[in-house]
Amino acid sequence: MLKGKAWLFGDDISTDHIAPGRLFHLRSNLPELATHVLEDARPEFAGKMAKGDFVIGGRNFGLGSSREHAPTIIKLAGVSAVVAKSFARIFFRNAINVGLPVIICDTDRIKEGDQLEADLEKGILINITQGYEESFPALPPVMTAILQEGGLVPYVQKHGDLAI
Amino acid sequence: MGQTLVEKILSAHAGQSLQAGDMAVCNVDVCLTQDGTGPLAVRQIEKLGIEGVKNPEKTVLFIDHAAPSPRKELSNDHMLLRAFAEKTGSQLSEIGDGVCHQVIMEKYLNPGELLIGADSHTCTGGAIGAFATGMGSTDVAVGMVFGKTWLRVPETLKFVINGTLPLGVYSKDIILHIIGMIGADGATYKAMEFAGETIERMTVPERMVLPNMAVEAGAKCGLIASDAMTGKFMEEMGRKELFTLVKADTDAVYERVYELDAAEISPTVSFPHTVDNTRTIDHDDCLDVSIQQVFIGTCTNGRIEDLRIAAAMLKGQKIHHGTRLIVTPASRRVYGQALREGLLEIFNDAGASINTPGCGACVGVHQGILGDGERCLATQNRNFQGRMGNVKGFIYLGSPATAAATALAGKLADPRKYL
Ligand code: SF4
Repeated sequence: MLKGKAWLFGDDISTDHIAPGRLFHLRSNLPELATHVLEDARPEFAGKMAKGDFVIGGRNFGLGSSREHAPTIIKLAGVSAVVAKSFARIFFRNAINVGLPVIICDTDRIKEGDQLEADLEKGILINITQGYEESFPALPPVMTAILQEGGLVPYVQKHGDLAI
Repeated sequence: MGQTLVEKILSAHAGQSLQAGDMAVCNVDVCLTQDGTGPLAVRQIEKLGIEGVKNPEKTVLFIDHAAPSPRKELSNDHMLLRAFAEKTGSQLSEIGDGVCHQVIMEKYLNPGELLIGADSHTCTGGAIGAFATGMGSTDVAVGMVFGKTWLRVPETLKFVINGTLPLGVYSKDIILHIIGMIGADGATYKAMEFAGETIERMTVPERMVLPNMAVEAGAKCGLIASDAMTGKFMEEMGRKELFTLVKADTDAVYERVYELDAAEISPTVSFPHTVDNTRTIDHDDCLDVSIQQVFIGTCTNGRIEDLRIAAAMLKGQKIHHGTRLIVTPASRRVYGQALREGLLEIFNDAGASINTPGCGACVGVHQGILGDGERCLATQNRNFQGRMGNVKGFIYLGSPATAAATALAGKLADPRKYL
């Protein structure tokens, strides 16, 4: 069960908001890059978030570049999951590959600071503060399998090959 | 049942007949990484404990995003890539060789092939009837060592464009118009197929702009059937024998077909901070928008054809005094052609600054970072907040002709008035 507070980010959060080009030189220093996570969307987020908190997006979260550093530093910062109405394709796939849970469901009712819980297996997001539940669709089986192993590298190591 | 272009190419690489919605493991012909994503791919391969790559002749490591290196951290990343290429026999594309998507078309990718690249604009490759898609470093790392990847076969949105483009209107305007119409997530997870007589008349370099920006509508790939024009391009690139015809079946099933009349498209500009925030250049919003920096280059519009259009407009003129112009040819080949044709002299005389082939100012690492509140008109594909290195900068997107007109006027300008 994932537990934490909601941080609202809105629609069209791009990979340039999450891990901008001006910090390109930190890509081989992920712990340092993670201290700037999402800085260009909400400068206070990286410093104030607590481990387990949720990033709440609107439409098309993670649009833009293929930089896997974006979901990687969200995970490294300790975020439980990103919840959004929809995700850009490459970001979504990268998130699974690095073991960051991504949840597709309506986020309109979630308010800043709400206490949330998510059960990935059952596909339920619970808003403790407001007292409601939202169900979300399961991932395609191949993605579930990759996420359960903790990402694509451990998945491939386990199978010795890329099989689905 | 007939197949779309993407169904056809993926079926050939999975060894089974596929249709939209199917999941399959496909063989990969070409893999690319660049200097922002390559180091992570190399480290993932090291983590996997695998030595060597499946197909070193067609595994290409590009140094193009930060080239030449502006910082020691990036110089060290470049060293890692060079050492990996040396160890595995992979191809290295060095500083000054150019942007990955341009060079991959010039040297490596052939019609009908499957390319995965750790760069979102890898979809450019679809211009010659190939399947090309952007992925993250780990997916590409797995592709590099195993020679395969898993894919869900996308549904296809088909864009049929007929009619003649008006003077001053280019393929860039078509794609900005389309993205303005369907939105920045209008094709998420889907393939965009471009067809029709307007496309058939375009050269491959003109066509490349369309699939290049497919990802800006969220698409997995953009594709154009290969034809005689593709054959001509392959011949120019010295790979005539690798040309093949790749076409969709006439009874292929599309999720949706859009029909457009090229004659009705105007020069189009994307306003900050999303690509789908478009206006035609004659819209009131475009009046008196002063521009401090104009950037002509990138994998979208940094080709010789683009430089010719801009140079023809700038010849014998000086750019506006409050505006700077940066020109970055997309590749060494383009740079050489521009040099021989005298285009670089025209740019230089007009007051432009000419940079090393590569991504340059596009990605906000160096060579053109915006100041607080500054506005830039760029020929690139993306105008997200912070993209050009400063979250307080504003980026407008347009064609090379719109860029040249804007550099002369010092504000957003209609290229049709300068032709
Ligand atoms: S030119 Fe710009 S969009 Fe193209 S690959 Fe380079 S950084 Fe990416």
